[in-house]
Amino acid sequence: MSDKHTAVAEQFDDPEQEYHAATLGMWVFLATEVLFFGVLFASYAVSRFNYPEAFAEASRHTDIVLGTISTGVLLTSGFTMALAVRSAKLGRDKAIIGFLVLTILLAIAFLFIEGTEYYQAYGEQLIPAFNFMYEGAHEKPVELFFFLYFLMTGMHAVHVTIGILIMAAIAIMAGRRRFTSYYYTPVELTGLYWAFVDIVWIFLYPLFYLVART
Amino acid sequence: MSANAAAEYTSYLGGGDTLKSWLTTLDHKRIAVLYLISITLFFLIGGVAAAVIRLELVTYAGDFVTAETYNKTFSLHGIVMVWFFLIPSIPATLGNFLIPLMVGARDLAFPRLNLASWYLYTVGGIFTIGMVIAGGVDTGWTFYTPFSTMFSNTYVVAAVIGVFIVGFSTIFTGINFIVTIHKMRAPGLTWFRLPMFVWANYATSAIMVLATPVLAMTLTLVAVERIFQIGIFDPALGGDPLLFQHLFWFYSHPAVYIMVLPAMGVASELIACFSRNPIFGYRFMAYSVMAIAVLGFLVWGHHMFVSGQSVYAGMMFSLFSFVVAIPSAIKVFNWTATLYKGSISFEAPMLYALGFVFLFMIGGLTGIVVAALALDVHLTDTYFVIAHFHYIMVGGSVMAYLGGIHFWWPKMTGKMYSEMWGRVAAVLIFVGFNVTFFPQFLLGYLGMPRRYHEYPEALEVLNVISSGGAVILTLGYLLPLVYLLWSLRYGRIAGGNPWEAKGLEWQTSSPPAKHNFKETPVVTEEAYAYSPYKV
Repeated sequence: MSDKHTAVAEQFDDPEQEYHAATLGMWVFLATEVLFFGVLFASYAVSRFNYPEAFAEASRHTDIVLGTISTGVLLTSGFTMALAVRSAKLGRDKAIIGFLVLTILLAIAFLFIEGTEYYQAYGEQLIPAFNFMYEGAHEKPVELFFFLYFLMTGMHAVHVTIGILIMAAIAIMAGRRRFTSYYYTPVELTGLYWAFVDIVWIFLYPLFYLVART
Repeated sequence: MSANAAAEYTSYLGGGDTLKSWLTTLDHKRIAVLYLISITLFFLIGGVAAAVIRLELVTYAGDFVTAETYNKTFSLHGIVMVWFFLIPSIPATLGNFLIPLMVGARDLAFPRLNLASWYLYTVGGIFTIGMVIAGGVDTGWTFYTPFSTMFSNTYVVAAVIGVFIVGFSTIFTGINFIVTIHKMRAPGLTWFRLPMFVWANYATSAIMVLATPVLAMTLTLVAVERIFQIGIFDPALGGDPLLFQHLFWFYSHPAVYIMVLPAMGVASELIACFSRNPIFGYRFMAYSVMAIAVLGFLVWGHHMFVSGQSVYAGMMFSLFSFVVAIPSAIKVFNWTATLYKGSISFEAPMLYALGFVFLFMIGGLTGIVVAALALDVHLTDTYFVIAHFHYIMVGGSVMAYLGGIHFWWPKMTGKMYSEMWGRVAAVLIFVGFNVTFFPQFLLGYLGMPRRYHEYPEALEVLNVISSGGAVILTLGYLLPLVYLLWSLRYGRIAGGNPWEAKGLEWQTSSPPAKHNFKETPVVTEEAYAYSPYKV
C-alpha cells in the first residue's frame, strides 16, 4: 500500500487541486508547442507562396506510399495510447503496460519508416547542406522545400522520441503500481502529449505528401 | 514534533545557509532571491555597456572606441538589458516572491520547474558572457537577417543559443504563474479580488507562453541558416527577409508588454497603498491589462513600416497600435483618479511609482507619434525611437522595478532601509533619466540616426547633455545598491506590515516562513480595502 500514490506534493491542499494544476500546466505547455511549430508552418506557408511551382514539383519527390503507411501507424498509436489512458481510469495496471508497450512499438515503427524515407532522400541526393544535388530551374526553392521537410519532420521525430522515453517511464511506474483509478494523472498527461504529436503529423502529412498530387 | 514546529516558525532565510541549500532550494522566495542577485549582475554588465555608448557619443568624432567595438557594445547592451534584465526583472524576482504570497498559496504549482528556470537563466547568461569574452556580436539585439546569417563575422550562434535558453526560462516561469493563479488561490480569493500585481503577471505570463516559443524557433532558424547556408530568410538563397522581421516582431513587440505590464501591476500596488485609496475602477484596470496583452499581439508590424511590407498592412498595424493606447490610457487615468482625494505620503516607493506614471505617460504619448505611419517614416531608426522605447522600457519598467524592490524589501529581508537615501535615489534617477533621454527626442527629430558612433558637429550639445544625464542616472542606480545592502546589517526591524498595506503578503511575518502562512488565509474582503481619508 505504501508505494501507492497517497502523498500530495506539499504546495497543494488536496489531490484534486494537484490534478487540476498538473493538467492545466500540460495544456499551457502544449500551447507553447503549438506556437513553436507555428513558426515552421508560417515559414512553410510563406515559402510555398513565394515558389508555388517549385514546391509542387519538390513535393512529388516525397514517398507517398511510405508517408501514408507511417501516418496510419502513428494514428493507430494514438488509439492504443487512448486505450492505455482508459485502462488507467479502470485501474488495470497490466493493461496500461500492455497498451503503452504497443504504443511504443508503433512509435518505433513510425520512426523506422521515416528513417527509410530519409535514407531514400539521401540516395536521391535531396538532403540540403549535406549532399543536395538537383537538376532543373528550381534548384534553390526545391532545396528550401527539403530543408523545411527535414526540419519539420525532424522536429516531430524528436517529439516522438521524447514521447517514447516518457511512455517507457510511465510503463515502469505502472509496473510499480503507482497508479490507481483515483490517481492516474501522469498517464493522462502523457496521453495529451501523444495526441499533440499526432495532431502535428496530421498537418505535416498533407503539406509534404498530398497537396501537389492531384 | 517540536523540531517540526520550530521549523515552521523560522523564516525562509534561516534554516540552512549553505550554498548548497540555496542552489537546491525549491522555495519560491529563495529562487526569487537567486534571481535578484543574478539579474542585478546582468544589469551592471548592461549598464557598463551603456556607459561606453554615452562616453563615445560625448564628442561628435568617433574617438573613444572603434566603429566595430561600438557595434558590439550596443549589441551587448541591448541583448543583456532586454533578455537578461528587463524581461525577467519583475516577474522573476518580485513575481516569484510575491505571487504565491498574494494568492495565499504555500508555493508555486511547480517548484522544481521554477528552480529549473533559474538554472536555464544562468546557463543562458553564461553562454552570452562567453560570447562576449570570445569576441562579441555586432548584429544588435534584433539579429536582423541577412546580416546576422550571412555577413556578420561575429559570434552570432553563441549569442542566439544564449537567448534561446533564457527564453525557455521565461516560458517555464509563465506556465508556473498561470497554473498557480488559476488553481491555487486561497478560499474566498475570487478573480476580482486579486491584487493588480497578480492580474498584471497573469497577463504577462500569457504573453510569455504564447510569444517566446516563436522567438526560440525563429532564432533556431537563424542559427541553422548561418551554419548550413540554407536560406529561409536570406533572399540570395531563396529565403524571405521580411519573414524574419514578421516572426521576430511577433515576439518582440509583445515582449515590450512583458516588460511593462508587471510594472503597471507594481505601480497599482504602490499608488493604492501610499494614497490609502482603493484602486479606482478596479475591474477596468483588470480588463485593461488583459486587453493590452491581447492587442499586443496585433501590432508587431509597426516595426516594419519602412521594411517593404504592403502599405495596407502598414495602415492596419498603425490603427491597431493606436488602439493599444486606449487601455494604456485607462490605466493612467485610473491611477490619477486613485490619487485624487487620497491621503498621499511620499515614501521612497511612492516616489518611484509617481516617476513611473510620468515616464510611462511620456513614453506612451511619443508612442502615438511613432505609431502614426507617416510620422514614423521620418523618425524610423533615429534617436526619437531610442528615446521613446527607453521611456517605456527603462523609465517604465526600471522605475517600477526599483519601486517594487523598495516597497517589498522589508517583506523580503525583514529590514528597513534608510528612507532619506531612498528618496534621494528616486529623485536622482528621475532627474538623471529625463536629462539623459529627453534630449534624444530632439536629436531624433533633427535626424540623428541610431547605431552610429559619430555624428555631425551641430548635434554635439544635445549629446553632451544626454551623456551628462547618464552620469546622474548612474549615481542614482548605484545608491540603492549601497543603502539596501547596508540595511541588511544595520537596518531596523521591519515588522510584519511596515506600510500598513492591504494584501495577503502583509499578513504573514517579514521575512515569511518557509511555507508562507501558518494556516491558509481566508479572504473576506475586496482588494485594496483601504479606508479613504475623510474630512
